[in-house]
Amino acid sequence: MDGTTGLALPRARPFTLLGFSLAQAVALLILLVCIAAGPFLIYPVFLMKMLCFALFACAFNLLIGFVGLMSFGHAAYFGMGAYVTAWTAKTLHVTPEIAILLGGVAGAALGTVFGWLAIRRQGLYFAMITLALAQMNYFFCLQAPFTGGEDGIQQVPRGALFGLVRLDPDLAMYTVVAAVFLICFLLIHRIVHSPFGQVLKAIRENEPRAVSLGYRVDDYKLVAFILSTFIAGIAGGTKSLVFGIATLTDVNYAMSGEVVLMALLGGLGTIFGPVVGAGVIVWTESALSGAGSWVTVTQGVIFVACVLAFRRGIIGELAALIRRPL
Amino acid sequence: MSVTTSSAPAIPRSWLIGGGVAVALLAALALIGPVTIGQFLYRPPQLLYGQLLLGLINGAFYALLSLGLAVIFGMLNIINFAHGALFMMGAFAAWMLLSPNLWLGMISPGLTVPAWLSLGYWPALVVAPLLVGAIGLVLEKFVISRLYKLDHLYGLLLTFGLALIIEGLARNAFGSSGMPYRVPDSLAGGVNLGFMFMPIYRGWVLVAAAAMCLVTWLLIEKTQLGARLRAATENPGLVQAFGVNVPRMISLTYAGGVALAAFAGVLAAPIYSVNPNMGSNFIITVFAVVVIGGMGSILGSILTGFGLGILEGLTKVYYPQGSATVIFVVMVIVLLARPAGLFGKAV
Repeated sequence: MDGTTGLALPRARPFTLLGFSLAQAVALLILLVCIAAGPFLIYPVFLMKMLCFALFACAFNLLIGFVGLMSFGHAAYFGMGAYVTAWTAKTLHVTPEIAILLGGVAGAALGTVFGWLAIRRQGLYFAMITLALAQMNYFFCLQAPFTGGEDGIQQVPRGALFGLVRLDPDLAMYTVVAAVFLICFLLIHRIVHSPFGQVLKAIRENEPRAVSLGYRVDDYKLVAFILSTFIAGIAGGTKSLVFGIATLTDVNYAMSGEVVLMALLGGLGTIFGPVVGAGVIVWTESALSGAGSWVTVTQGVIFVACVLAFRRGIIGELAALIRRPL
Repeated sequence: MSVTTSSAPAIPRSWLIGGGVAVALLAALALIGPVTIGQFLYRPPQLLYGQLLLGLINGAFYALLSLGLAVIFGMLNIINFAHGALFMMGAFAAWMLLSPNLWLGMISPGLTVPAWLSLGYWPALVVAPLLVGAIGLVLEKFVISRLYKLDHLYGLLLTFGLALIIEGLARNAFGSSGMPYRVPDSLAGGVNLGFMFMPIYRGWVLVAAAAMCLVTWLLIEKTQLGARLRAATENPGLVQAFGVNVPRMISLTYAGGVALAAFAGVLAAPIYSVNPNMGSNFIITVFAVVVIGGMGSILGSILTGFGLGILEGLTKVYYPQGSATVIFVVMVIVLLARPAGLFGKAV
């Protein structure tokens, strides 16, 4: 994908805060203010949904934006995380933080296998293979006894954080979701700006060259894939606790398409783009929820519009406007 | 990647691998229980042949769809995610041609056309692919052609968006339950083959799909047009320099591939109910078929499609729970043993 980063020339001593440039620090501040003020202005459950999908989109963007791997089956890891978190919280009565972590581990475990298979091919084949593997996972979830088939896992208890704080009040849950989101968001930012992340970007820009420089490209790709699927699993697990439900919708290919759309609309390869994209898409869905299949049509139109006229996405365009990476 | 039939050397090794896997599976099956292989594998013939026939028919659709995908990929370098939606559009076109008054009434009550304007199955088999092909021509000309200079992934995203639009509109207009499409009178009924009862229509689908695959193969491998097409796939710039109108060729290739999908859609209409989801149910499996076969070869797409359909049918008989996933499992095995696909060249 064409790069949207690297627009600003390096200065002598550029301002950085936790590795964020000035423009990014301002954007982060705006994001923090929105997260802090949000629950007092908007229905918290709706905000939590936005944050979960924002995290999911960030995890997806880690692959497409920074390694150039187009995974068209990310719903598999999101959904598997949701199932495992819901199942452990409901059946084993583990505390929510453990359940969410287990969701992440489940996503990463699935991601390890699927990633190991998929990195054998590149480009479009990689996209098709991840999609097909996710579809296989969908049929597995349809038939496996622990997922509850068509009904899914319902009435998942939110439980008590560390066994102490009940999460049933929406505001308490919201605090946890916001914390999970911020931790993972900063983790992604840290990964992208680490030496490891630099190698990932080198692979994105010119894979044969990275190989010729002696990097074991496949290993880097696999580790990035596992990290991304871990965070996708965390996002799915958190979502299942918020709504108390994990269903086949979470593993369906339509969900994979949705997360692609979120990242694309926000801006592939930007740090804040997926968050904005997820917010817009989730908001669109709720606004059109009474309109049946027009949601699908709208998403299709956004896809086509983004690809034809708007490839940098919202945040990408903004970044180009102020000539700073965001 | 090219749309040429790769010559012999690549094939035997893949057959060896495939054969080895099949033998290993059979051996494993034989070891599972203290029964002889014969008893273990015995199924009532009606069930066995019935499912084999269903598998073959599914395989025919896999072959037609993956063939179109391969041809389009060879020329345009995009994976046409809208292929399933256009397959569905073919089925809907046949239904709309057959009973125009049903949907014209939905648009505005009282809007009707005389009965002689409704086209039956046989005209629809020609007209529906032409209509959908024309739509494909428009899509290529005005939308897809803008992407040729970009990363190929944008083509995938764009056609995915197109698929969402087409399917969403169809669901809005017709609901998701589906419309029945009657088997034409000339193909109704069935024949008793001795070992099984064969509905004539299903036999016809097999013959028609195989014939269409053969015609496409001949067109690409044996005609001058096909030679130009293959040349343009290898090196479009050079072919254009020889005075061949390559952009027009690309448009027609897309329209042709799409028309193949629509043809499959019309064939499918009397078998499955005509519904907006019929394409998306197929397309992801077809992607797996394409990964298994590799997109380098026309004949490879056809053989892989039919073969996997048969395998799916057999799985329905012997291990029904696995029938939905068997093709994906084969894909995993092929990725491990021969990442480029059975008939593909290494990328």
